[in-house]
Amino acid sequence: MLDARGLAFGFPSRRVGSDVDFTLAAGESLAILGGNGAGKTTLLRTLLGLLPALAGRVEINGVPISSLRAAARAASIAYVPQQHSPAYAFSVMDAVLMGRASHIGTFARPARDDYAAVRDALRTLGIDALANRPVTEISGGERQLVTIARALAQRASILLLDEPTANLDFGNRVRVLSELDRLRARGMTILFATHEPDQALAHADRALLLADGRPLVLDTVERALTAENIERLYGTPVRLFRLDARRYACVPLEPQTDARPVAP
Amino acid sequence: MRRSSLFLAGGFALLVMLALLAMASGRYALTPSEIADSVYRSIAGQRSLRMSDEVLWQIRLPRIALACLVGAALGAAGAAFQHLFRNPLVAPDTLGVSSGAALGAVLAIFAGAGAAIAALAAFGGGLVTVAIVTALASRIAAHDRVLTLVLIGVVIASLGGAAISLVKFLAVPYNQLPAITFWLMGSLAASTWRQVAIVAPAILIAIALLAALAWRINLLALPEDEAHTLGVHVTRLRAIVIATATVATAASVAVCGIVGWVGLVVPHMARLVAGPEFSRLLPLSALFGAIFLLAIDTLARAATAVEVPPGILTAFIGTPLFLVLLARRSA
Repeated sequence: MLDARGLAFGFPSRRVGSDVDFTLAAGESLAILGGNGAGKTTLLRTLLGLLPALAGRVEINGVPISSLRAAARAASIAYVPQQHSPAYAFSVMDAVLMGRASHIGTFARPARDDYAAVRDALRTLGIDALANRPVTEISGGERQLVTIARALAQRASILLLDEPTANLDFGNRVRVLSELDRLRARGMTILFATHEPDQALAHADRALLLADGRPLVLDTVERALTAENIERLYGTPVRLFRLDARRYACVPLEPQTDARPVAP
Repeated sequence: MRRSSLFLAGGFALLVMLALLAMASGRYALTPSEIADSVYRSIAGQRSLRMSDEVLWQIRLPRIALACLVGAALGAAGAAFQHLFRNPLVAPDTLGVSSGAALGAVLAIFAGAGAAIAALAAFGGGLVTVAIVTALASRIAAHDRVLTLVLIGVVIASLGGAAISLVKFLAVPYNQLPAITFWLMGSLAASTWRQVAIVAPAILIAIALLAALAWRINLLALPEDEAHTLGVHVTRLRAIVIATATVATAASVAVCGIVGWVGLVVPHMARLVAGPEFSRLLPLSALFGAIFLLAIDTLARAATAVEVPPGILTAFIGTPLFLVLLARRSA
């Protein structure tokens, strides 16, 4: 369970956002949407305890994140950053093994179950064939899958992803999103930042719309991501087409057309 | 068998052969049978005042031991720093340890101290400089803490360089200035068992600690946020690794002056063979450092009439060697 209470976030010299309140239960998924610079990444970093909250607090299962040690924090919350730029040519195996750090003692080496968790994560994302390739020699999309595999190997109960599909091709995008659905069905708490309203509608339970760091709306995806709200968020009119029970297509409207967006 | 284990085994064999060659060669050449006799007599407790025994036990062996220790220390420290700073261009002296050590030694020589005090001053100077650099860096709030650390290290190192120039400028040109200049060029010529006994524990403990932390040090090569979310106490681990690698480097500089190059390029060579995974990289980097410095020092003793300081030869021989390796890898 992830809790944000009256959260204000940013840097000591510059407040980025405030008034964020939500509770995410196990198996729930929240999408964070907002324009460039709206504070999505800063909010994620605050939820992870990488930045101290400027006001309010973040709690994991009722424990303030600021009071947790790094290893305990990592055991309950995992992070997939927007982009992973490796400094050295680690093999995919070695890179994903790093996800096991919170399970491996300071002076210890990875053991058999660590390797098993890594192979499991690689297989889940369909990248086991890459295991021995250097992370510097695979495509950006594959590298994103490696970072997600690393988070899966961590076996935390909460997963935070910063635009997880931003660099992925169509096939990998579908693979990652359906994997997120599967993890959510297994009881994992998932929070992801995204720029795609239709992605949030299809793969999240609730959506938090951030404008200038403040919540514009926080509600179930159907109620939060209406055409009006999307227009308010991005400043461009859109039309939503319902495809089936969960899926919508969000299509931008030319400003001069007089077609009226319909609420889902 | 892994490629890195193969290189490790081959490297050890090469190191042993090099050590035998180093025992035999020099101004006073020893034949293999003389070496074998001397070793046998020593084991039997009958070491004599024979010339061959003196040369082997009092001059060559301590020098061989010191070359191996210093080479291993610089190779290991270089590998650790390059991981820590996520940058293959940093060297063990990026945080100013060499320039601080040199300043300490130069000040001691300027004050009229002997070689032992100068070595001690060098060791202390190196540690104090890195402590100042890290303390300054931790007081400056910055987005990229690693970059801040490197910048402050570079600035403080150049300040140390200016201070050394000032001392040289003020030194007596007939005896102090040559002494300072020769110290700065570095040498293994005056190696004694006492020096070995003093630096060996510092260097071996430092390398052992790096080896014990080896797997975890991998995570320092990730961006700080990522390492943190994976459960690593980044600032603490980084401080331990900096302190450990600095002790190894300062101990090396204290006994044989500044030997540049080894700590920068040897880890690259090891990485070409073993890849970046630190528990495979560290032993190979230490071993390559030992081989490299022993080979260079033996060459300096045997091939040239005036002993060229190792710091000069390492660069002259190492640079083409490294360029060849790099070209072959990218081809």
